[in-house]
Amino acid sequence: MTGDHIVGVSVPRKEGRDKVTGRAQYVDDLTLPGMLFGATVRSQVPRSKIGKITFGPGIAWDEFIVVTARDIPGKNVIALIANDQPCLADGVVNHPEEPILLLAHSDRHLLPQAVAAVSIEYDQLPALFTVEQSETRSEVIWGSDNIFKSYLVEKGDVDGIWKKADYIVEGEYKTGAQEQLYIENNGMIASFDAQQGMTVWGSLQCPFYVHKALMALCNLTADKVRVVQMETGGAFGGKEEYPSMIAAHAALLAIKCGRPVKIIYDRLEDMAATTKRHPSRTRHRTALSKDGRILGGEIELTIDGGAYVTLSPVVLSRATIHAGGAYYWPNVRITAKAVATNAPPHGAFRGFGAPQSLFALERHMDRIAQVVGLSPVEIRKRNFLQPGQMTTTEQTVREPLDLVRLLDRALELSDYHAKKQRFAKENELGTSRKGIGIAAFLHGAGFTGSGERNLSSVVGVEGCADGTIKVLVSSTEFGQGTKTVLCQIAAETLGLPYENVEIAQADTDQVPNSGPTVASRTVMVVGKLVQSAALGIKQTLMGSGLLGDSYSAEQFRSACRTQVAAHGQFRSWARYEAPADVFWDDDKYRGEAYAAFAWAVYVAEATVDMTTYNVSVDDFLALQEVGKVLHPVLARGQIAGGVAQGIGYTLYEKVIWQNGRMQNGQMTNYIMPTSADLPVVRVFFEEMGNVHGAFGAKGIGELPMDGPAPAIVNAVEDALKVPFDSIPLLPEDVFEALLAKREPQSVGGVR
Amino acid sequence: MATINLAINGRPRTVEADPQISLLTVLRENLDLIGTKYGCGEGQCGACTVLIDGRAQRSCITRAETVGQKQITTIEGPAHGERLHPVQEAFLEEDALQCGYCTPGMIMSVVALLNRNHHPTQSEIIDSLNGNICRCGAYSRIISAVQKAATSLAKSEIGTGARQ
Ligand code: FES
Ligand code: FES
Repeated sequence: MTGDHIVGVSVPRKEGRDKVTGRAQYVDDLTLPGMLFGATVRSQVPRSKIGKITFGPGIAWDEFIVVTARDIPGKNVIALIANDQPCLADGVVNHPEEPILLLAHSDRHLLPQAVAAVSIEYDQLPALFTVEQSETRSEVIWGSDNIFKSYLVEKGDVDGIWKKADYIVEGEYKTGAQEQLYIENNGMIASFDAQQGMTVWGSLQCPFYVHKALMALCNLTADKVRVVQMETGGAFGGKEEYPSMIAAHAALLAIKCGRPVKIIYDRLEDMAATTKRHPSRTRHRTALSKDGRILGGEIELTIDGGAYVTLSPVVLSRATIHAGGAYYWPNVRITAKAVATNAPPHGAFRGFGAPQSLFALERHMDRIAQVVGLSPVEIRKRNFLQPGQMTTTEQTVREPLDLVRLLDRALELSDYHAKKQRFAKENELGTSRKGIGIAAFLHGAGFTGSGERNLSSVVGVEGCADGTIKVLVSSTEFGQGTKTVLCQIAAETLGLPYENVEIAQADTDQVPNSGPTVASRTVMVVGKLVQSAALGIKQTLMGSGLLGDSYSAEQFRSACRTQVAAHGQFRSWARYEAPADVFWDDDKYRGEAYAAFAWAVYVAEATVDMTTYNVSVDDFLALQEVGKVLHPVLARGQIAGGVAQGIGYTLYEKVIWQNGRMQNGQMTNYIMPTSADLPVVRVFFEEMGNVHGAFGAKGIGELPMDGPAPAIVNAVEDALKVPFDSIPLLPEDVFEALLAKREPQSVGGVR
Repeated sequence: MATINLAINGRPRTVEADPQISLLTVLRENLDLIGTKYGCGEGQCGACTVLIDGRAQRSCITRAETVGQKQITTIEGPAHGERLHPVQEAFLEEDALQCGYCTPGMIMSVVALLNRNHHPTQSEIIDSLNGNICRCGAYSRIISAVQKAATSLAKSEIGTGARQ
């Protein structure tokens, strides 16, 4: 054993050198011999029957490969949850970016004119664009009621509490869509051969999602579909489900022309057609005692799913489970639904429903504080979940959780009390107003409820012929540090130097299905499996007498080499097994929702310029408990990056919709914060001694997306004494609200 | 079609291409210099940044034909074989990258900055990176990397050579 710890140390990123030299290979950097380029002809209208399709003049159509729904060998669906989304529209379209036909040509520069020269006759049908329109059911655009999925969570007796309440506080909160805006657009290459089957290379998060979709679409068996992840230039959820669509398109073209086909979206197409964060509306009605304790409440949550089911049920699930936040609700009823509209399907984006419901809750807590006459700090302290208490889904808090201490620490680190006083004084003069706001929240790591059990992920660790170790997982790297951290875990488990461990490319022919790289599950769930698989390697070598109780890296290498020479391929596997005490009831939506929660308190300091109404974030403190931090630099990077996106979500990024289509789908008019707009994010970790994942690590990637919006909007309210209940909050919204100088709505709810 | 003569990373290169073609397209499609990235095609993200006569420019909105007389440096330029440029070293050491897609453009912007300003202040660094978007949000580590690179360039004799 080397004796040195690798876990907890910021070792160099595995793929770092390739990335700084420009050698890292992203999908558009790969060229295959004889390759054509593909493009997509999309609907121009939100909801319609499709009439005649005409290939206009001026284009050498005989040089183009054309694919329609008729060319699909298997089922015309993008297989995911409900299988309702076609790969290519057949007769009808349900949103204005729906793919109708595909073109391919050897010269990629000829494609835009060709796409523009295809004209389609439409026989339009009435369309729905908002949650409210969908709820009226003036048109039924999906199923029998426009509802993709609904959940009901009930705990205790909500109906009985209202008459016992000293205060009843109501509020309605809204969040907008948000574009993931990874800097590398979506892209995919497909190659088909009747013998070998289908191979795709792409920018993607979940190789086995694409694998499943291609099997159904192309009518191929599992062994005839191979999916390879290329270096991926950011994803943030935006490459969770949509890559299946692009892969499907490239695959159909490749089958038709018998040559490899590459489809790379340009920025406009990527912004317009691919998924965004679900817009949401949340209504709270909360009963409180005189001293500010939550007696119970009703939470009604609705998300806009767009035209097809895609991942909405799962996003809604996470939103539902997080709706009660880090507080104790003796009685609660959460009703949640995802509804259909005629917009491109909304999808996965870091946080996955939690940022929406936590924005509502953490704004609502500040509203409650005002009504009850307590400070935002005190109202939270009185209602925080404590060990032994049960969450809204009746999951008992078993860890030594101390949220009061976490909050106090955040207040101290941010100098909250002194600043709050100082700002109140300074705001009387000057041309700007300053405020400070907090958000306290949680984020569940891993798949919800029975999800991990159903996934039943498998991980492999291989002892190679040269004595080095290779980690075999389908978990993908897209910047978060998957490759680095999983190698650290294997190295630490085996007591080997980090350099002796490599990770295989995520290629479905080479690696087992370790599940999708989503839901902050990689380190906690997959990492733990890497640990067990690595232990298997060690045990085999020890069992066969090749390795003693203590060994050097060189002894390990030689033991491994001997093992491979004698017995051939040397691999150890580990499969996920749900802990015996994890209980989850999918029908009642009750039980252990997540194997672990990460906890956090964020403090934002904001300034409102009273001339431009511009809001800037001057200081941002992010304190979290994520279990053991395996790689401090990567972990800090995840938090700072998530907070940056959260600041964008709150103050900059507005998707402007018109008839179901994004109107500002360019980087010139969809504004996101740059280095000049962002404060230095001060990141702190607290460890409470948790035992869940590998070496005690919990999930981390999504948590930082949840807190910034409420913390910042709470700070703006503190500065202006005007409440804001929807995001994004742009200067024009601040201006209008100040103009209206409206009274806080909640006053009407006070009894 | 037009014949375009270019000087890239110190080497003369000739391509036959549409005279309207962007430098980015020429680099990636005609010359296989694929380290330079496309992110938006409209001068907004900075992923396509290269040096033109030492200044950071967006290659997606630069017509190749207009830069025939100039020295162009791409991300493939600064390293000498396996020896990285101090800016690349600093990015690695500070882990100033996540997905890495903005990184080539970011590094070229930093090389340009340190060419003209050997001791940039924090706000000069932020200013000069304003056209380079990092959606992963690695900004604070990028700023540390710039500071580190500035220090190591100042210390090293070959620094001046590397600045070039
Ligand atoms: S690709 Fe040139 S600035 Fe975005
Ligand atoms: S590292 Fe991903 S965009 Fe900068």
